[in-house]
Amino acid sequence: MDHTRKIDGRFNLVGGDFTNAGEASTQLKKILQLRGVKDSYIRRASIATFEAEMNVIIYTPAGILRYDVDDESIKITVEDMGPGIEDIDLAMQEGYSTAPEWVREMGWGAGMGLPNMKKNSDVFRIDSAPGEGTTVKMIIYLNKGEQS
Amino acid sequence: MKLQKIIDTLEAVTLDSTTNTGLEVGWACATDLMSEVLYYAHENSLLLTGLVKPQVIRTAEIADIRVVVFTRGKEPDTETISLAKRKGITLLVTPLSLFTASGRLFSAGLQCCPYT
Repeated sequence: MDHTRKIDGRFNLVGGDFTNAGEASTQLKKILQLRGVKDSYIRRASIATFEAEMNVIIYTPAGILRYDVDDESIKITVEDMGPGIEDIDLAMQEGYSTAPEWVREMGWGAGMGLPNMKKNSDVFRIDSAPGEGTTVKMIIYLNKGEQS
Repeated sequence: MKLQKIIDTLEAVTLDSTTNTGLEVGWACATDLMSEVLYYAHENSLLLTGLVKPQVIRTAEIADIRVVVFTRGKEPDTETISLAKRKGITLLVTPLSLFTASGRLFSAGLQCCPYT
């Protein structure tokens, strides 16, 4: 396989579609495995992507997940058409959540989503404003002193 | 810890006759919160949970969890079972509570996923 080739793509995410929730992250995981990316990087990218995907499905009508992979890094951008986040600092606190009860009953809304994305990324950036949706950008650097 | 020992310790039944009972499980975590699984669980872990939803299988797949144990005798629906089968994740059901099941596995030597 040609590892020098850059690969990119996108998944459309539909809010409320819990049946397929996680499918985009699973697909990305397979793409990274086929490319031969080291398991520890795949795991971090998968977890960060899954949390971002779940946020779109839980809180917004729709969103787009874009990925961009080369020899240096995995870049993931998740842009949604949701209500936006009023207080990003508060949303970044572990345990803080605005999730309704029905979301918690499904095992989500523990207030760990954004912290989990940050934990698994080397670069994490979130842009959001009420009424303007949210964009999360994450970068995971590959080959930090080791072969992938 | 071998999967067969886990099955015996938890008085559990497996939901798939093709289960590899020789599978070695490294760690365990017990929670109903999926983000906690994603935050703390290590690969090759076992998840004990009272939550019986397809989301548990999706989460397990992303977190590289090989075995999910449903507590208090709760059986997942066919959608959850077939999803787990497709993803190669072993499902067990134990009549024990989450607390008792965790205690038994801990006493038998299975450790909590270390925090990183």
